[in-house]
Amino acid sequence: MKLTVLYFARLREALQREREVVEVPAGVTTVTHLRSWLVARGEPWASAFAEVKRVRAAVDQAMAQDATPLHDGAEVAFFPPVTGG
Amino acid sequence: MPVRVQQEDFDAGAEISRLRARDPKVGAVAAFIGVARDVNDGDAVATLSLEHYPGMTEKALEDICAQARARWQVTEILIVHRVGELRPTDQIVLVAVTSSHRGEAFAACEFVMDYLKTEAPFWKKETTPGGTRWVEARESDDQARARWKEAGSR
Repeated sequence: MKLTVLYFARLREALQREREVVEVPAGVTTVTHLRSWLVARGEPWASAFAEVKRVRAAVDQAMAQDATPLHDGAEVAFFPPVTGG
Repeated sequence: MPVRVQQEDFDAGAEISRLRARDPKVGAVAAFIGVARDVNDGDAVATLSLEHYPGMTEKALEDICAQARARWQVTEILIVHRVGELRPTDQIVLVAVTSSHRGEAFAACEFVMDYLKTEAPFWKKETTPGGTRWVEARESDDQARARWKEAGSR
Protein backbone atom coordinates (compact mmCIF):
# COMPACT_ATOMS: atom_id res chain seq x y z
CA MET A 1 0.00 0.00 0.00
CA LYS A 2 1.36 3.40 -1.01
CA LEU A 3 0.67 6.42 1.21
CA THR A 4 1.53 10.11 1.08
CA VAL A 5 2.52 11.27 4.56
CA LEU A 6 2.52 14.99 5.45
CA TYR A 7 4.01 16.67 8.51
CA PHE A 8 3.20 20.09 9.93
CA ALA A 9 4.53 22.64 12.42
CA ARG A 10 6.92 21.31 15.10
CA LEU A 11 6.80 17.81 13.61
CA ARG A 12 7.74 19.09 10.13
CA GLU A 13 10.70 20.96 11.63
CA ALA A 14 11.87 18.01 13.71
CA LEU A 15 11.75 15.73 10.65
CA GLN A 16 13.15 18.37 8.28
CA ARG A 17 10.60 17.33 5.68
CA GLU A 18 7.02 18.24 4.89
CA ARG A 19 6.04 15.15 2.93
CA GLU A 20 7.14 11.69 1.90
CA VAL A 21 5.66 8.84 -0.09
CA VAL A 22 5.95 5.49 1.68
CA GLU A 23 5.21 1.91 0.69
CA VAL A 24 3.98 0.15 3.83
CA PRO A 25 3.74 -3.60 4.50
CA ALA A 26 0.41 -5.45 4.63
CA GLY A 27 0.02 -5.25 8.40
CA VAL A 28 -0.12 -1.44 8.42
CA THR A 29 -3.85 -0.74 8.12
CA THR A 30 -4.61 2.06 10.61
CA VAL A 31 -3.25 5.44 11.71
CA THR A 32 -1.67 3.96 14.83
CA HIS A 33 -0.04 1.17 12.79
CA LEU A 34 1.46 3.74 10.42
CA ARG A 35 2.80 5.81 13.29
CA SER A 36 4.43 2.75 14.88
CA TRP A 37 5.88 1.73 11.52
CA LEU A 38 7.36 5.20 10.96
CA VAL A 39 8.87 5.28 14.47
CA ALA A 40 10.32 1.78 14.00
CA ARG A 41 12.30 3.10 11.01
CA GLY A 42 14.49 4.88 13.58
CA GLU A 43 15.76 8.45 13.35
CA PRO A 44 14.57 11.07 12.83
CA TRP A 45 11.02 9.68 13.20
CA ALA A 46 11.57 8.05 16.61
CA SER A 47 12.80 11.30 18.23
CA ALA A 48 10.31 13.55 16.43
CA PHE A 49 7.25 11.52 17.45
CA ALA A 50 8.63 11.22 21.00
CA GLU A 51 9.27 14.95 21.47
CA VAL A 52 5.96 16.28 20.11
CA LYS A 53 3.21 15.80 22.67
CA ARG A 54 -0.27 14.60 21.67
CA VAL A 55 0.42 14.13 17.95
CA ARG A 56 -2.83 14.26 16.00
CA ALA A 57 -3.55 12.81 12.58
CA ALA A 58 -5.74 13.38 9.56
CA VAL A 59 -6.63 10.91 6.79
CA ASP A 60 -7.63 12.35 3.43
CA GLN A 61 -7.84 15.82 5.03
CA ALA A 62 -10.28 14.87 7.80
CA MET A 63 -9.37 14.56 11.50
CA ALA A 64 -8.62 10.91 12.30
CA GLN A 65 -8.39 8.67 15.36
CA ASP A 66 -5.85 5.94 16.16
CA ALA A 67 -8.10 3.28 14.64
CA THR A 68 -9.00 5.19 11.47
CA PRO A 69 -8.36 2.80 8.55
CA LEU A 70 -5.95 3.56 5.71
CA HIS A 71 -6.31 2.77 2.04
CA ASP A 72 -3.97 2.67 -0.94
CA GLY A 73 -3.24 6.21 -2.09
CA ALA A 74 -4.42 7.83 1.16
CA GLU A 75 -3.04 11.20 2.28
CA VAL A 76 -2.11 10.90 5.96
CA ALA A 77 -0.97 13.92 7.97
CA PHE A 78 0.63 14.07 11.42
CA PHE A 79 0.78 17.31 13.44
CA PRO A 80 0.71 18.80 16.96
CA PRO A 81 -2.56 20.06 18.52
CA VAL A 82 -3.84 23.00 16.49
CA THR A 83 -3.40 26.60 17.66
CA GLY A 84 -5.26 28.84 15.21
CA GLY A 85 -7.79 31.58 15.84
CA MET B 1 -17.34 32.39 -0.33
CA PRO B 2 -18.23 31.65 3.32
CA VAL B 3 -14.70 30.46 4.18
CA ARG B 4 -11.43 32.15 3.19
CA VAL B 5 -7.80 31.56 4.16
CA GLN B 6 -5.55 34.43 3.07
CA GLN B 7 -2.35 36.34 3.79
CA GLU B 8 -3.94 39.76 3.27
CA ASP B 9 -5.64 41.74 6.01
CA PHE B 10 -9.45 42.07 5.93
CA ASP B 11 -11.88 44.96 6.36
CA ALA B 12 -14.41 43.64 8.89
CA GLY B 13 -16.90 46.44 8.17
CA ALA B 14 -16.89 45.78 4.44
CA GLU B 15 -17.12 42.01 4.99
CA ILE B 16 -20.14 42.38 7.28
CA SER B 17 -21.85 44.84 4.94
CA ARG B 18 -21.47 42.35 2.09
CA LEU B 19 -22.66 39.46 4.23
CA ARG B 20 -25.92 41.04 5.40
CA ALA B 21 -26.73 42.86 2.16
CA ARG B 22 -27.88 39.53 0.74
CA ASP B 23 -31.00 39.11 2.90
CA PRO B 24 -33.47 41.72 4.22
CA LYS B 25 -34.71 39.21 6.83
CA VAL B 26 -31.46 39.54 8.76
CA GLY B 27 -32.07 41.21 12.11
CA ALA B 28 -28.80 40.44 13.86
CA VAL B 29 -25.10 40.27 13.10
CA ALA B 30 -22.63 38.80 15.61
CA ALA B 31 -18.94 39.08 14.79
CA PHE B 32 -15.70 38.06 16.48
CA ILE B 33 -12.23 39.32 15.54
CA GLY B 34 -9.15 37.57 16.90
CA VAL B 35 -6.10 39.84 17.17
CA ALA B 36 -2.38 39.18 17.66
CA ARG B 37 -1.22 40.14 21.18
CA ASP B 38 2.21 41.44 22.15
CA VAL B 39 2.55 39.03 25.07
CA ASN B 40 2.01 35.28 25.54
CA ASP B 41 2.77 33.12 28.60
CA GLY B 42 4.60 36.06 30.17
CA ASP B 43 6.96 36.76 27.25
CA ALA B 44 6.97 39.66 24.79
CA VAL B 45 5.96 38.57 21.30
CA ALA B 46 7.48 40.45 18.35
CA THR B 47 6.04 38.45 15.44
CA LEU B 48 3.63 35.61 14.86
CA SER B 49 3.88 33.13 11.99
CA LEU B 50 0.79 31.14 11.03
CA GLU B 51 1.07 27.83 9.17
CA HIS B 52 -1.86 25.76 7.91
CA TYR B 53 -2.77 22.61 5.97
CA PRO B 54 -4.01 23.84 2.58
CA GLY B 55 -7.02 21.83 1.47
CA MET B 56 -7.87 20.40 4.88
CA THR B 57 -8.18 23.86 6.44
CA GLU B 58 -10.95 24.91 4.09
CA LYS B 59 -12.76 21.56 4.55
CA ALA B 60 -12.51 21.80 8.34
CA LEU B 61 -13.88 25.36 8.38
CA GLU B 62 -16.72 24.45 6.01
CA ASP B 63 -17.57 21.47 8.21
CA ILE B 64 -17.69 23.73 11.29
CA CYS B 65 -20.06 26.10 9.44
CA ALA B 66 -22.26 23.14 8.49
CA GLN B 67 -22.39 21.98 12.13
CA ALA B 68 -23.38 25.49 13.26
CA ARG B 69 -26.11 25.63 10.60
CA ALA B 70 -27.46 22.29 11.81
CA ARG B 71 -27.79 23.66 15.36
CA TRP B 72 -29.02 27.22 14.85
CA GLN B 73 -31.23 29.12 12.44
CA VAL B 74 -28.60 31.33 10.88
CA THR B 75 -28.69 33.15 7.57
CA GLU B 76 -24.98 33.43 6.68
CA ILE B 77 -21.68 32.46 8.27
CA LEU B 78 -18.37 33.97 7.18
CA ILE B 79 -14.92 32.87 8.31
CA VAL B 80 -11.78 34.73 7.18
CA HIS B 81 -8.52 33.44 8.65
CA ARG B 82 -5.10 34.87 7.90
CA VAL B 83 -1.85 32.92 7.50
CA GLY B 84 1.78 34.00 7.11
CA GLU B 85 3.69 36.62 9.07
CA LEU B 86 1.74 38.80 11.54
CA ARG B 87 2.61 41.40 14.16
CA PRO B 88 0.96 42.47 17.43
CA THR B 89 -2.31 44.38 16.79
CA ASP B 90 -2.77 42.62 13.41
CA GLN B 91 -6.12 40.95 12.85
CA ILE B 92 -5.94 37.13 12.67
CA VAL B 93 -9.47 35.86 12.22
CA LEU B 94 -12.98 37.13 11.53
CA VAL B 95 -16.13 35.11 12.21
CA ALA B 96 -19.41 36.81 11.34
CA VAL B 97 -22.87 35.28 11.63
CA THR B 98 -26.16 36.79 10.47
CA SER B 99 -29.56 35.67 11.71
CA SER B 100 -33.10 36.92 12.28
CA HIS B 101 -32.48 37.28 16.01
CA ARG B 102 -29.43 37.89 18.19
CA GLY B 103 -29.55 34.70 20.29
CA GLU B 104 -28.83 32.43 17.33
CA ALA B 105 -26.15 34.75 15.95
CA PHE B 106 -24.29 35.05 19.28
CA ALA B 107 -24.37 31.32 19.96
CA ALA B 108 -23.35 30.25 16.45
CA CYS B 109 -20.47 32.76 16.39
CA GLU B 110 -19.06 31.49 19.69
CA PHE B 111 -19.53 27.85 18.63
CA VAL B 112 -17.65 28.44 15.38
CA MET B 113 -14.72 30.06 17.21
CA ASP B 114 -14.55 27.32 19.87
CA TYR B 115 -14.50 24.62 17.18
CA LEU B 116 -12.04 26.53 15.00
CA LYS B 117 -9.59 26.75 17.92
CA THR B 118 -9.54 22.97 18.36
CA GLU B 119 -10.39 21.49 14.93
CA ALA B 120 -9.00 23.72 12.18
CA PRO B 121 -5.40 22.88 11.18
CA PHE B 122 -3.57 26.13 11.92
CA TRP B 123 -0.37 26.41 13.94
CA LYS B 124 1.20 29.55 15.43
CA LYS B 125 4.91 30.13 15.91
CA GLU B 126 5.97 33.22 17.83
CA THR B 127 9.19 35.19 18.07
CA THR B 128 10.11 36.22 21.64
CA PRO B 129 13.33 37.68 23.13
CA GLY B 130 14.35 34.06 23.82
CA GLY B 131 13.95 32.99 20.18
CA THR B 132 11.17 31.36 18.18
CA ARG B 133 8.78 28.82 19.67
CA TRP B 134 5.62 26.98 18.67
CA VAL B 135 2.54 28.10 20.59
CA GLU B 136 1.21 25.33 22.85
CA ALA B 137 -2.45 24.31 22.62
CA ARG B 138 -4.47 25.36 25.68
CA GLU B 139 -6.57 23.03 27.77
CA SER B 140 -9.08 25.86 28.20
CA ASP B 141 -9.74 25.68 24.43
CA ASP B 142 -10.61 21.98 24.72
CA GLN B 143 -12.92 22.79 27.63
CA ALA B 144 -14.58 25.59 25.65
CA ARG B 145 -15.30 23.14 22.85
CA ALA B 146 -16.49 20.40 25.21
CA ARG B 147 -19.27 22.49 26.72
CA TRP B 148 -21.08 22.51 23.34
CA LYS B 149 -21.20 18.71 23.48
CA GLU B 150 -22.93 18.80 26.84
CA ALA B 151 -25.36 21.40 25.54
CA GLY B 152 -26.30 19.64 22.32
CA SER B 153 -25.95 16.83 19.84
CA ARG B 154 -22.28 16.90 18.74
